[in-house]
Amino acid sequence: MSRKQKKVVEIRTSPHLKKALSVEQIMRNVVYALLPICAWSVYQFGISALVLILVTTLSAILTESLFCRLSGRPNSVGDFSVVITGLLLALTLPPGFPLWMAAVAGFIAIGLGKSLFGGLGYNVMNPALVGRAFVQAAFPVAITTWTPGFLPGRFLEFIPSSLALPFMSPVNTGDWVRANAPDGFTGATPLALQKFEYITTGSLDLLAGSVSGSAGETSALLILVCGLYLAVRKMMDWRIPAAIFLAATLVSGPLHLMNPEVYPSPLFVILSGGLMLGAMFMATDMVISPMTPRGVWLYGGVIGLLTVLIRQFGGLTEGVMYAILVANALSPLIASVTQPRIFGATRGATSKEAES
Amino acid sequence: MGLLNLFRRSKTFRHGVHPMDHKEQTAHLAIRRLPFAPKIYVPLAQHIGAPAVALVKPGQEVVRGEPIAEAGGFVSVPMHAPVTGIVRAIDQLVPTAAGPKTPAIVIETYEAATQEVLYGLDRDLNALTREELIQAVQASGMVGLGGAAFPSHVKLLPPQGKAIETLIINGCECEPYLTCDHRVMLEQTDRLINGIRAMLRATGARRAIIGVEDNKLDAVRAIREKLPAGETISCEAVETKYPQGAEKMLISSLLNREVPSGGLPVDIGVAVYNVGTLAQLGELIPRSRGLIERVVTVSGPGVGKPGNYLVPIGTPLRFLMEQVGSSSAANEVIVGGPMMGMSVASLDVPVTKGVSGVVVFEKTAEDQQQHTVHPCIKCGACLDACPIHLNPSMLGQLAGARMYETMASDYHLNDCFECGCCSYVCPSNIPLTQYFRIAKAVNRETKAIAA
Repeated sequence: MSRKQKKVVEIRTSPHLKKALSVEQIMRNVVYALLPICAWSVYQFGISALVLILVTTLSAILTESLFCRLSGRPNSVGDFSVVITGLLLALTLPPGFPLWMAAVAGFIAIGLGKSLFGGLGYNVMNPALVGRAFVQAAFPVAITTWTPGFLPGRFLEFIPSSLALPFMSPVNTGDWVRANAPDGFTGATPLALQKFEYITTGSLDLLAGSVSGSAGETSALLILVCGLYLAVRKMMDWRIPAAIFLAATLVSGPLHLMNPEVYPSPLFVILSGGLMLGAMFMATDMVISPMTPRGVWLYGGVIGLLTVLIRQFGGLTEGVMYAILVANALSPLIASVTQPRIFGATRGATSKEAES
Repeated sequence: MGLLNLFRRSKTFRHGVHPMDHKEQTAHLAIRRLPFAPKIYVPLAQHIGAPAVALVKPGQEVVRGEPIAEAGGFVSVPMHAPVTGIVRAIDQLVPTAAGPKTPAIVIETYEAATQEVLYGLDRDLNALTREELIQAVQASGMVGLGGAAFPSHVKLLPPQGKAIETLIINGCECEPYLTCDHRVMLEQTDRLINGIRAMLRATGARRAIIGVEDNKLDAVRAIREKLPAGETISCEAVETKYPQGAEKMLISSLLNREVPSGGLPVDIGVAVYNVGTLAQLGELIPRSRGLIERVVTVSGPGVGKPGNYLVPIGTPLRFLMEQVGSSSAANEVIVGGPMMGMSVASLDVPVTKGVSGVVVFEKTAEDQQQHTVHPCIKCGACLDACPIHLNPSMLGQLAGARMYETMASDYHLNDCFECGCCSYVCPSNIPLTQYFRIAKAVNRETKAIAA
């Protein structure tokens, strides 16, 4: 050590090592996992789905930047969590959803669902679902208008409803569908078919995604594989979807056995609608799910139970969104009653009584 | 909790983390002796408990191995001269790894001395009674060499109504970079087994289990070869996972029992000793000698000649670093392992009895772009890492709000032993362990003021 150059010794406190996994990496990987689902959506529904995804994502990013600027926080777009919200939001919307409504949904999702609470880490509900819940209430017709996939001209031509002018109701797609769709397209999703007409769509079609539905919810198999990628990389808690599927099976199984005509099989329940996407990518949103080991199972169980109850006994055909939002709201309560038993504690629960 | 846990083979505890162990730098290097520093600084308070009381005067000549300070109470140990030389001071303030300065005996080494240990007397361990054995342990100045530096003899005398049934010998060495215990198990197997036998007699325990992480299976084989069949001593491999070497974790891995919250291993009839401690005892007690040197792993990216060195107690880090060489980019010197060790503010800090390793880090490109701290995203990684099953995320939020007392009263802050797993895994880079350390210190102070 030479005298000339002054040596600086750094002092830090332990631990001096850091695992390499960062928030950005987790969020980036979730985006990667969502991309194949987006790609399938574009393949199935064409240019409308592509632009829909771009619009919600851009709207989400711009909203986040705006709120960061307004509140004087450093711009947090770089952590990629806002991209996840934008992508997920698009995937839950009908492929022909008017683009201006999609932009509104993106704004509400980030503005109301996330930024007003303080940004990443502070939101109490899944922002994408907040956005979707808003447009479901505001535009009930547009959000239940389904168009067929795999149309020959889908890469060149927009679904007419997509291009509705801002603050205008979209044109009725009925004529367009009749002109373009294969014979017999009713516009009903497998869930609606099942619920109102007791026609059960085959599991194979649900897995492959050759059914109508929201832009990114059609192929259960693809969503499952993408979700497993995250679970294997330990960036998603596999226990949450497991708990949801388990609860959905436990609730729908007995119903199906009682009356197979009216109540669908558990397999149909799991593969249809938005349950797969919701279970894999929305319920598992780290910020709004409980962290305690038992809480995670309870949380998933609530979502599975509510989804089946809403679908079978409620007025809506789909209940995943509300099930997850309700479970999000319950999450702090679940966490507080399921604090882990600490090592060496003599009694069951932790919190206050173990101290005394 | 991963799916893979279902297929695990070695015994283990729940939670914990798997940092890169970086042991390949030194694991194959045999223990070598470090030269004697020209001046040796022996702090009187280098163990938990009362400081030792100096027996020597400035100007007095001391012979290597001679007692130079006596125990300052029951929870205290004597000191022995690490070198032959002349005492220059008995209360010079030297910095410690923890920060504050503490009085030390300074000995100037005689360059021409042979440095032979002439002190001591051979004796038959089996002739000693239990009380004599315990006294002998204290007289040797032995403290936990794994890093805790708790006087070893204290653990041999369980409180009234409690007895030690099982002796657990800690050969986990779960800290990254450190390999001194590994080398001791390989090179000093006989001493280790002698030490275990002596401790079995001193405690009256029925059995002893040596727990070794399964990245050191050569050590497990070496020990098992020396253990006769039907022996009360056994050696078990446990999973390589941090903090396997924390005593509560190791007990849980080997015996599947939990030390009560706020309690000690003795509450469930267990005493835990580090392999280095017992290998030293196995050598020192039969010869009535004192602890004057220890094996220290010197490693890390900033070290020129990494290795396991036999270092006289009191050797200043500056001398140690000169001997092993350091890179020009070296900027952080950690005493202990990188997960729980302390980075020193001065190289004048001497090697003390509890120093198991010196790890030197370099300034890297990664360091320079400081880790950005994000808000907690509630990923729960810290809950899955905490070996005590605390809720570090919640504790971290409370610490941010300075609700230190709530942390202790409702969220078991005091059960945290600062292993660092939560900070290590946190993807938001929240310095959780560091927060908890502050919270505990503030609580201690508040209590002291109130009292």
